[in-house]
Amino acid sequence: MGEWLLFYAFSLVAILASALVIGQRNPMYSVLLLVASFGASAGLYVQLDAPFVAVTQIIVYAGAVMVLFLYVVMLLNQPREDASEWDRTHPLRRPGLARLGAILAALLVVELGWALVRSGTLGAFTGDTSSLASVRTIGQVMFSDYVFAFEATSVLILAALVGGVYLAHREGSR
Amino acid sequence: MIPLGNYLLVSAVLFGIGTAGVFMRRNLITVLLSIEIMLNAVNLTFVAFGRQIGTVDGQIIVAFVMTVAAAEAAVGLALVVALFRHRESLNPDGFTSLRW
Repeated sequence: MGEWLLFYAFSLVAILASALVIGQRNPMYSVLLLVASFGASAGLYVQLDAPFVAVTQIIVYAGAVMVLFLYVVMLLNQPREDASEWDRTHPLRRPGLARLGAILAALLVVELGWALVRSGTLGAFTGDTSSLASVRTIGQVMFSDYVFAFEATSVLILAALVGGVYLAHREGSR
Repeated sequence: MIPLGNYLLVSAVLFGIGTAGVFMRRNLITVLLSIEIMLNAVNLTFVAFGRQIGTVDGQIIVAFVMTVAAAEAAVGLALVVALFRHRESLNPDGFTSLRW
């Protein structure tokens, strides 16, 4: 009973905060609401016997990535979305096609939900999940089966580092 | 224990919200945030399925997805800053030409 209450609470916070992220206009509030959504997702991960993922979610996502977003939002200082001209002139904004993206996204949710219903009910995993929660197991699998992917990720991070520095580099300052 | 389907449903709704954000919003930062919502929904699916089959593989994939998301955010935000310097605007519909 308690775990269901927690599940509903975390799910509700995650979904509401995510809906508000795209539902209101100020990017600053969007970033802060997304932090709340990620925190609720971390709660779901704890319920799924994945405390390592939950802690990584808080530290890496809510801590590092969202702070990066927050810095850019404050740096650019554009609290309003300049959409008025686009709203008037773009052909997609005609009444029949208005909110096409919302319709497509709703269709996606309906399709995913339909697939879930059609796939039948899968019961909860009933075996021993204690080994899943241990960081030792995660480390052993990551550095044996997934060691190539791990090393490839380091190359990806290096590429992102170089790309980020190059792109954000001001033209005249060299 | 909560059945797998509930987590998948939450994940589907979150993914739909992210998709709607990418389609509907016309602020580059919010579009990037919507992509983060979608990645987070996929992470939830990975962890739920990993628990279902009783291995840690799902959690390890999530670690890689988080790394890719961080790299994507760094490059994407650098692009946003560079574009903003050129145009003083964050409206993605304003960036329709390859050169100006």
